[in-house]
Amino acid sequence: MNAQELLELADDELILGWRNSEWTGIAPLLEEDVAFSSIAQNEIGHARALYELAARELGTTADELAFDREPGEYRCSKLVQLRLIPDWSRTIARHCIYERLDQARIKALKGQDDPELAGLAAKIDREEAYHRMHAEMWAERLAEEPRFTAALGELEPLFDLRDEHVPEFEQLWQEMTSVRRSVAGATW
Amino acid sequence: MIYEVFRQERKGQAFAHAGSVEAPDLAFADDYAREQFGRRGESTALWVVPRESVHAIEDFVDELQKNYHRVDGYPLKEKLAKARERAGTARAS
Repeated sequence: MNAQELLELADDELILGWRNSEWTGIAPLLEEDVAFSSIAQNEIGHARALYELAARELGTTADELAFDREPGEYRCSKLVQLRLIPDWSRTIARHCIYERLDQARIKALKGQDDPELAGLAAKIDREEAYHRMHAEMWAERLAEEPRFTAALGELEPLFDLRDEHVPEFEQLWQEMTSVRRSVAGATW
Repeated sequence: MIYEVFRQERKGQAFAHAGSVEAPDLAFADDYAREQFGRRGESTALWVVPRESVHAIEDFVDELQKNYHRVDGYPLKEKLAKARERAGTARAS
């Protein structure tokens, strides 16, 4: 796996973690708020670890990759870029689609020759197992809900679209990098 | 639905009540309990129990004041002092 492919994965995890964390404090019930925020935090943790590996190959740092690129340079899927607040059924549909497609990607990563990469993938997969359980639980609960099933069909094709960005991605990028950009050249 | 969660801190230790979670069914309750009481490595095991399965007992009737059933109902100190007095071995103090 080359650095560009690593970046796709890392960008997906960072941006999805960011989008999921938008639910912190406003999820439909408090217990879910805690659970979903925890998933968001895990995804950002996975992004950090993946950026570290990519950074070594590209001769840069994880922070620079996460925050110092131009919005157009991010390789994340259109699926994770969408702002879905306050639509819980679409959020859960995205969560289910992402966890399913991500599983295949992580599985391929676990079979890589590079032991460091394969080891990281195994670690990530152990956490993702709980994300999948959470997603499946919701999928089962919402299986008869037309808003949820419609969203599955609507969102799935977006996963492979990476060359363009949705309009609201620019705003996410502005917010995400605003602190970093507020003091140019600072060491945090 | 409210589920009561019990937590075991170390293997072999007794489970203690950790708190409760609100969830639509047992699968959600498991997930939420794991998030709230298990994700910081603070538990080796959890018990998740629907609140309605817990029998609460709060009435402990003691109409006849049978205080000898209780550990604090039988003050040995006074009795011992009196016995010592009778035997002539009372302590100086």
